[in-house]
Amino acid sequence: MPLSDELRDLYQQVILDHSRNPRNHGEIPPPCLHAHGDNPSCGDEIDVWLRVDEKGAIEDLKFTGQGCAISQASASMMTQKIKGKTKEQAAAMREDFRRIVMGDGAPQDEDALGELVLLEGVQKFPQRVKCAMLAWRALEQALDGGK
Amino acid sequence: MDWHRIRSDFPILTQEVNGHPLVYLDSAATSQKPRAVIQALTHYYEHDNSNVHRALHELSARATEAFEAARQKVARFIGAATQHEIIFTRGTTEGINLVANTWGQQNLKAGDVIFVTGMEHHSNLVPWQLLAQRTGATLKYIPVLDDGTLDPEAVETLLNEQVKLFAFVHISNSLGTINPVKELCAKAKAVGAVTLVDGAQSAGHLPIEVQDIGCDFFVFSGHKMCGPTGIGALYGRMALLEAMPPWHGGGEMILSVTMEGSTYKAPPHRFEAGTPDIAGVIGLGVAIDYLESIGLENIHRHDHNLANYAVQCMSEVPGIRILGPQNGQRGSLVAFHLDAAHPHDLVEFANTHGVAMRGGHHCTQPLMKRFKVPGTTRASFYFYNSIDEINRLVEVLHAANQFFS
Repeated sequence: MPLSDELRDLYQQVILDHSRNPRNHGEIPPPCLHAHGDNPSCGDEIDVWLRVDEKGAIEDLKFTGQGCAISQASASMMTQKIKGKTKEQAAAMREDFRRIVMGDGAPQDEDALGELVLLEGVQKFPQRVKCAMLAWRALEQALDGGK
Repeated sequence: MDWHRIRSDFPILTQEVNGHPLVYLDSAATSQKPRAVIQALTHYYEHDNSNVHRALHELSARATEAFEAARQKVARFIGAATQHEIIFTRGTTEGINLVANTWGQQNLKAGDVIFVTGMEHHSNLVPWQLLAQRTGATLKYIPVLDDGTLDPEAVETLLNEQVKLFAFVHISNSLGTINPVKELCAKAKAVGAVTLVDGAQSAGHLPIEVQDIGCDFFVFSGHKMCGPTGIGALYGRMALLEAMPPWHGGGEMILSVTMEGSTYKAPPHRFEAGTPDIAGVIGLGVAIDYLESIGLENIHRHDHNLANYAVQCMSEVPGIRILGPQNGQRGSLVAFHLDAAHPHDLVEFANTHGVAMRGGHHCTQPLMKRFKVPGTTRASFYFYNSIDEINRLVEVLHAANQFFS
């Protein structure tokens, strides 16, 4: 059965690998910052757990959750790239990532995103943007003090 | 039956999606519309559009006649005793909310039990939760067994005199289970409980005879049975409807209005405040004519064959878990979980091959929890689907297995 290029771009091997073998998967015991994100319409869920050191850098970051390959791969790749970054750097990366998945202009610092740019295939599937952004929404909430 | 010719009554089905012929397997969400229904809407707006029950002019007379004729068709279609027992609503959800806010509000009090099942759509759950909060009544559930059927022992032990209302789905939208409605209504009646049957997935799929079923209320949507969206009907036994207070107030539901108060019309008009969806009602009537021209028994048989064929073929797909009854008794849908792919990834994959399905919790979150799945993928069929299309679906499932693992 022939597969479309859009589909191959959306589900690249790296993305499927992250969804099947998520990195930094698990919870961080308290004290930590935590936020829960979900997409009520599709049922995807991501919990983000993190610790910020005295210099303001994210020293540890983990996630748990369930959902589609896009939401879980995005979360897994995010944890790898965000670790060690400051809150401001994380916010800038979140905005760059949003631009990539929505096809909404060029990112400021594409290199910082690393393999996260592979998720640009989501551009062709607008309904999946919320899947790709779910972990990032939870990250933002957690950095804002969590809930 | 010439099902191939019947399929050609549906203009939308001839298109290609993503370079493949459309295989529409999402009729449980909404069915497609035959040309006759689409043309009836156009005809109404081009020739007869006018408000009903009000003016004395020609167009209003035509619109009113067509509107009330549709009510008679609905009454006959579901075997009501009279057309006065048919209230037009926006759909199943509004019908249930109407009953909860009128009969329920009037008759339930603290200590009473509202009885539902563990396989209800949110539309037959949330209105009762809200009613329970308002009245102090308690909501109780019949558990669902592993095979997707209701636990008959729980029905026996939990259905007692405290139960004032038993609301349950005829055919489950998430499992395909066909509940024994007649038997359940008889048991409810024996303890004095009023019954509401959610016919969203059964109306238009098999013959409905509300008097034979023995229910007090029956609700369904037009759009799942070839009618337009935004229109449905509530059947209520006249003795109950007559005693019910109005829900929405406004024009068309009153006898007289003074500054001090108002008196209300008899059912059904008491419950139809404001200008109704006239074109929708007429379209629903035409959908009924269309379904009856094919024959509900024929539709049921075709549905049944498609569902059983699908279960048989899909069972051979590696890593698949099919929910719901495995004994050949199911409505025309198959919900399943494929180990290799989350439902949304699978639905996306299928879509690129022109196959339209729904993935997710199907508005039955408690049921998903019960079966320990985050969601399922659902292929749902109607009489315009074919064996060839199910074969296409099965090919797609095999390809998805390869792609995702």
